[in-house]
Parts: sequence; C-alpha cells; structure tokens
Amino acid sequence: MSTIKCDIVSAEKSIFSGEVVRVYATGQMGELGIAPRHAPLLTRLAPGQVRVQTEDGEEQYYYISGGLLEVQPHLVTVLADTAERAEDLDEAAALRAKEDAERKLADKAGERDLAEVQLELAMAQAQLHALARLKKNIKR
Amino acid sequence: MAGAREIVSKIRSVKNTKKVTKALEMVSASKIRKSQDLMSSSRPYARMIRQVVGHLSAANPEYRHPFMVEREAINSVGYIVISTDRGLCGGLNSNQNRLLVKHMQEQRNIGAAISMVTVGRKANQYFRNISGIEVVAHAAGLGEQPRLEDLIGVIKIILDSYRDGKVDRLFLCYTDFINTMTQQPVIAPLLPLPEAKDEEQLLKTWDYLYEPEPRELLDYVLTRYIESLVYQAVLENLASEHAARMVAMKSASDNATDLIDELNLVYNKARQAAITQEISEIVGGAAAV
Repeated sequence: MSTIKCDIVSAEKSIFSGEVVRVYATGQMGELGIAPRHAPLLTRLAPGQVRVQTEDGEEQYYYISGGLLEVQPHLVTVLADTAERAEDLDEAAALRAKEDAERKLADKAGERDLAEVQLELAMAQAQLHALARLKKNIKR
Repeated sequence: MAGAREIVSKIRSVKNTKKVTKALEMVSASKIRKSQDLMSSSRPYARMIRQVVGHLSAANPEYRHPFMVEREAINSVGYIVISTDRGLCGGLNSNQNRLLVKHMQEQRNIGAAISMVTVGRKANQYFRNISGIEVVAHAAGLGEQPRLEDLIGVIKIILDSYRDGKVDRLFLCYTDFINTMTQQPVIAPLLPLPEAKDEEQLLKTWDYLYEPEPRELLDYVLTRYIESLVYQAVLENLASEHAARMVAMKSASDNATDLIDELNLVYNKARQAAITQEISEIVGGAAAV
C-alpha cells in the first residue's frame, strides 16, 4: 500500500511523525480524509481529533485545539495550535498582560517584589565583604 | 590568637557562599541542555509556517496584508523586549538594555514615540520608570518550560496596536544563544515582515487549494508566524540566561576559592605569630627566673 509522510507539530514540540496510509482531520469546512497523492491543500482546522492510520492498520488519535493543515503530494503537515484559541480567550489574555504592566507601574514606590529586594541585599552584602577585605589588607 | 577566631568564621562563611554558587552553577549547566532541547523541538513548526507564509504571499501577489506593507511615516515604534525573571546572570540583561537604549535613541531622533511590551521581570523593572517609554503590556513567570499560551496576550496587544496604526514598526529584542560562552543581544525587525526572498518557492509550478480564501488564511498564518518567532526568541533568551548564569557563578566560585586560600594564609600567619610569641614569653620568663 502506498503511504504518505505525516508530521504533526505544535509551536512547542513535535507530536507525531511517520509514514501513514490515511489522515483524517476536521477542517473548518468539514471532515477531511487525506490519502497519498492528494492535491496540494491548505486549510484551517477546527478544534477536534486528528486521526492517522498507519500501514499495519493501527489508528492513532490526537486531539488538537485548532490549527492548519498543509497537504503536498507526499507530505501532510498539521500545524497544531498549542491552546484553545478563540477571539474572546485571546482578548482575556491580552487584558491580563495589560493589567500586569499597569500593576507593575503602580508598584513603583510601594511594595517591591521579593526577588528585587533579595538581589539588592546580596549586592550590599558583597560590597560589605569587599570593604572588610580592603580594610584588612591596608592594616597588614 | 585574637584574630584567629574571626578568620575561621570568615573562612566558614566564604565556604558556604561557595557551596551556593557552585550549586547554582551546576543547576544552570543542566538547564542549558534542557532549554536547548526545547529550542530544537520548536524549530519544525517555525520552519513549516515560514514555508506556508511564503506560499501564501506568492499565491496572491496583488494582495498586500497590512503586516507586509512598509509605512511611509514612522510616528511610533514598538518593541517586544524579552528578558529574564531573575538576576545573578552576569551582564546579560544590562548588555541588552544598553543596546536597546541606543536603538531607541536613534528612533527618537527621527521623531518616533516608543511603546513596549516586556516579557520577564528584569526588562519591566528597567524600563517602566523611564519617561518617554510606554510599557503597554507585561508577562512574567514563564518558568523553565515557557508556553506559547503565556505569550499570546502580550503579542496580541502589540499586534493590535500595529493594526490600528498606533505602532508603525515593530522590533523584537532578546539575547541570542550562540554557545555557552557567548550570548549576543539582538534587535530584530518583526513588522513589517521582510519580503519573501525564497526564489525557489515562488518558482514552483503548483499551488495549494485554499480553504477558506487565501486572504483569510493569511491573517491567521501571519499571526501564528509572529507568535512562533517570539516564542523562539523566548527560548533563545532562556538558554542564554542559563549559560550566562553558569559562567557568572563559575567565576564567583573561583573567586571564593581564591578568597579561602588567602584567608587560610592569613590564619596560618596569625597562628604562627601567636606560637612564636608564646615561646618567646616562656623563654623570656625562664631567663628572668
């Protein structure tokens, strides 16, 4: 049976790679089944299952939260999104990032974060050490 | 033997410090490997999405997405600045900040306002108090395994400002990991996207079937493309952070070793002096009898 190379990758890692007989995915326009020598195709995927059928008839399932499907005659690539991406979810993430920046700005004079203070303490300590050493050297 | 006790306690405290720096050094050394693995596992996605962008822009040459159009007047410049959350990593952040401040000065000289999103605490601490720079969004606490999810918010904010015309040019600033000893701060232009130079791609005789229309796809793909670029920069920066920390902690451990040697010498001298003094006192005492 002829096979087609299939890669499923996300921005963070490679999820699946290998020779397969069929790839099934949920496109934005409907279900898709990709066989070897399919015409080149580029489409968005809806959140759902990607099913690959390997040569020995075994089937593997992957859940993806949306993405992009690219088909070349001997290669299928699924570019999966790493997370559920809806417009309102993106909006919420954006809002959070903005608030973070504003809070930091407001903190200017007030409470400072622990890491910052600790670093300053360490620096002051190092300076004291250096001074003590210098004094000792002069005395000698 | 007056000073001896102080010297001994001093030696002990330096030894403790050395233990800490040594541990930090070894932790960073092992983390470099992990972050390099992350870098290599994120590469396939970036490579493929770049190909897709090339195809799409070649597929409809008459359509120019806003992300690809060079604007005539540059009134405002945006930066995505990636830094570390923690300190004790040598000059990593300060080198980057110095480069960035210089770059911004050039932009100001041509009359551009500056807005910025920061990733990582250090950049935020540095830039939030500088007048003339508007920090519009911030993300921190990405940890050892940064996730793209945590970056979506900040990227969206700055991309939206670009779409709305509030930012005319966008730069990405991070520290490039060259090898364990060398890390190079870079400022890379992000938007508008440079023209696709892949001649080979454009000469291909076949084209994709598109679902939905290429234009709709293009916006989606370009956004993902930029996100993957930023994500990779975050990983580069992470590897650089660990490498820089390892080197800094190694030199701190070396310094501690030197200090301990020196203190030991001082201690021995003091001990010797005390013994000599005691003997001469005894001899002097015996002679007097």
